[in-house]
Amino acid sequence: MSQVTRRNFIKLSTSVAVASMAGFPLLSFGANKQVVVIGGGAGGATAAKYLRMLDASIDVTLIEQNEFYYTCFMSNEVVGGERTLDSIKFNYKGLEKRGIKVVKAKVTGIDADKKVVTVDGGQTFGYDRLIVSPGVEMKWGAIAGYDEAASEIMPHAWKAGPQTTLLRKQLEAMKDGGTVIVTAPAEPFRCPPGPYERASLIASYLKEHKPKSKVIILDAKDKFSKQDLFMQAWKQLYGYGTDKSLIEWRSVADQGKVVRVDAKAMAVYSGDMEDEHKADVINVIPPQTAGKIAIDAGLANEAGWCPVDRKTFESKQRKEIHVIGDASDASKMPKSAYSANTQAKVCAAAVVAALQGKDMIEPAYSNTCYSIVGKDYGISVAAVYRLGADGVINSVEGSGGVSPKDATAEHRKREVAYAHSWFNNITDDMFN
Amino acid sequence: MKYRLKCVLLLAGGLTLSSSGWAAELTRGAMLGNTCAGCHGTDGVSQGIATPSLAGKSVDTIKEAMLAYQKGDRASTIMGRLAKGYSEEEIIAMAEFFAQQKYVPAKQKFDATKAKAGEKLHEKHCEKCHEENGKIDEDGTGILAGQWTPYLQYQFADFKAGDREMPKKMKTQMDKVLGQDGDKRTEELLHFYASQQTGFDAAPKKDKKDKKAKDDDDDDDKGDK
Repeated sequence: MSQVTRRNFIKLSTSVAVASMAGFPLLSFGANKQVVVIGGGAGGATAAKYLRMLDASIDVTLIEQNEFYYTCFMSNEVVGGERTLDSIKFNYKGLEKRGIKVVKAKVTGIDADKKVVTVDGGQTFGYDRLIVSPGVEMKWGAIAGYDEAASEIMPHAWKAGPQTTLLRKQLEAMKDGGTVIVTAPAEPFRCPPGPYERASLIASYLKEHKPKSKVIILDAKDKFSKQDLFMQAWKQLYGYGTDKSLIEWRSVADQGKVVRVDAKAMAVYSGDMEDEHKADVINVIPPQTAGKIAIDAGLANEAGWCPVDRKTFESKQRKEIHVIGDASDASKMPKSAYSANTQAKVCAAAVVAALQGKDMIEPAYSNTCYSIVGKDYGISVAAVYRLGADGVINSVEGSGGVSPKDATAEHRKREVAYAHSWFNNITDDMFN
Repeated sequence: MKYRLKCVLLLAGGLTLSSSGWAAELTRGAMLGNTCAGCHGTDGVSQGIATPSLAGKSVDTIKEAMLAYQKGDRASTIMGRLAKGYSEEEIIAMAEFFAQQKYVPAKQKFDATKAKAGEKLHEKHCEKCHEENGKIDEDGTGILAGQWTPYLQYQFADFKAGDREMPKKMKTQMDKVLGQDGDKRTEELLHFYASQQTGFDAAPKKDKKDKKAKDDDDDDDKGDK
C-alpha cells in the first residue's frame, strides 16, 4: 500500500507542478522570441502590455530611463492647480506583474544590423523585433535663444514632471496684475489642443486668484484644434473679446509667431518686426521632433519624424524596428496619448503576427481627446480611423468631430467627468 | 434563479481549466474592441466612474446601444460621433469580443440601509427583466449590478428626460419608481446596484468558445492596482 501521507502528497503534487511548469516552456527554451520596447510612455507601455496579452511566450523587455512616468495629458490641471503632480505619476510595477522585464536605463545606441540595443553602463539587449516609442524632443534653438538652460527660466512643461512643477510655482508666485505668455508652435507637435487648454486653465486660476492678470497666447498658426469651441468657452468664462478678457490670442497674421526669446530679460519677440513682449511668466512650447534616440538610430526623416508603414508601424528606414506614438509619422492621426495607445496595439498585433509567421489583420485605430476649459466645462474631439489604400490613416467619413457648439451646460459638465474617467482608464490600460 | 447562476459558474470554471496555450488568435472584434479601452478599460472593464464596463454584456446590448448612438436615438456626448465610424458588421464583431470578457464589478462605496431599500424596489420593479439583481444580461438588458454609480446616474437622468428611449414595459415600471419620491428611490436603487460587488464569476455567458489569451494572468494581478 502506498504511503500517501499529507507531506508526501504535497511533495508529489509539487513535483508534478514543477514538471508541468518546466516541461512546457522547455520545448521552446532559449527560443523565446525577444521584443525590446524603448520608452515607457503612452505608446511603449501599452505596446509592452498588449504584446504579453497577445502572446505570453514572447519575452518583452521595456527600457525606460525614469523610475516614474508623469503623464503630459492632464498635466494642465496641475498647471492650473486643479490636481497634484502625484496624481499623474505612474510606475511600472503593473507591467512587471505581467511578466515584462522593466530595465531602468538610458538607451545609448541601436544597432539595426546586429539587432542589439545598448544602454548606458554598457549592457546590451538583443531583439527579434524592436519597438521605439521615445515621444518628442524639444527642438532647441528653433526659436533663437530657447535652449535647455532657457527652459529652466521659461519652462516648456511639454514633458510632465519637474517642468510642470516649475511652471505651476511661477504662476503661484506671480503678483496679481501680472502677465503670462504661452507660445504655441506650428503643426505637427505633441497634443494639438494642449496649448489652448493650458491657457484656459491658467485663465481659470487667474480668474479666481489673480483677476487683474492676463494670459496671452502667441501662436505660430492662424488656426488651431477645437478653435471655435475654445473661443466660445473663453467668451463665456473669461470675457474673451472684451477689453477685460483674461485671454488674448495672437495668430501669425497678428504677428504672433515667436522667433526669439531672451530668458534673462524675460522677453519674447514675435512677428516680422520682432515685437517685444515682456511677461512675468513665460511658457514656451517650442517646435519638436521625434525623441533623440529615434533620430540617432536613423529612424527619422529630414522633418524630424519617423516614417512608418502605417499597417504595422515598421520603420520605412530600418527593418524590424517599429516606431509608435508622437515620434512616428502616423498621418492623419494627431500626436495624442490616445493615438499612441491605439497605435501601440496595432503595432503589438503586427509584431506578434510577424514573429508567429502569420499575416497581420486589418488594423483599427481611434482617438478621443478631451480638453478641460474651466470649471465644469469640457470639450472633446473624437475620430475613428481606417488605413486607406494610399497608406494614409484616414478618419471614417461621417464620423468623429468635435463637441457640438450648442451643447447644454450639463453636456459640458459631463465631458469633464468623461475626461477624468478617460484618464483613469487610459492610464490603467497603459500601466496595469 | 440562484441555481442557474451556479450552473453557469460551473461551466465557466470548466472552461478556464480546459483552456491552454499562450497565443490567442487576434480576432477582428478584439482589434476593434481594443481601441475602446482608453475610455472603457482594458477588455471593457472600466476604471473610470462615468464610463460603463462593456465586459460581459450581451451582444444585443452593445449592438443596440451602438446603433441607437449612430441614429441619434440615444443621447451621448462622444459616443454618437464614434459609433458612426463603424459598420453593423464591425459593431457585432466588437460586441462579440466584449461579450466574451469577464465582467468585474466596480469597487465603490454604498450606504447599506439605502441599498436594502433599493433591493426591495429592484425586486418589485426591475428583477423580472434585470435578472439576478441586475447581474445577468442575456437578451439586451445590460448589466446594472456593479456598474459605476455616476454612469447609472446619467442613465436614470436621461431616461427621465426622455433623452434615452425605453421599452414600454420598462417605462411602466420606471414611472412607478420615479412617480413618488423619485429622486429618493433612484438613489436607493443606485446604492443597491453599487452594493452588488460579488457573485459575478459566472461571466462570460455567451460565445464560450474562442477564449482570449488572458488565462496566464487570471490568477495574479487582475482587478486591483
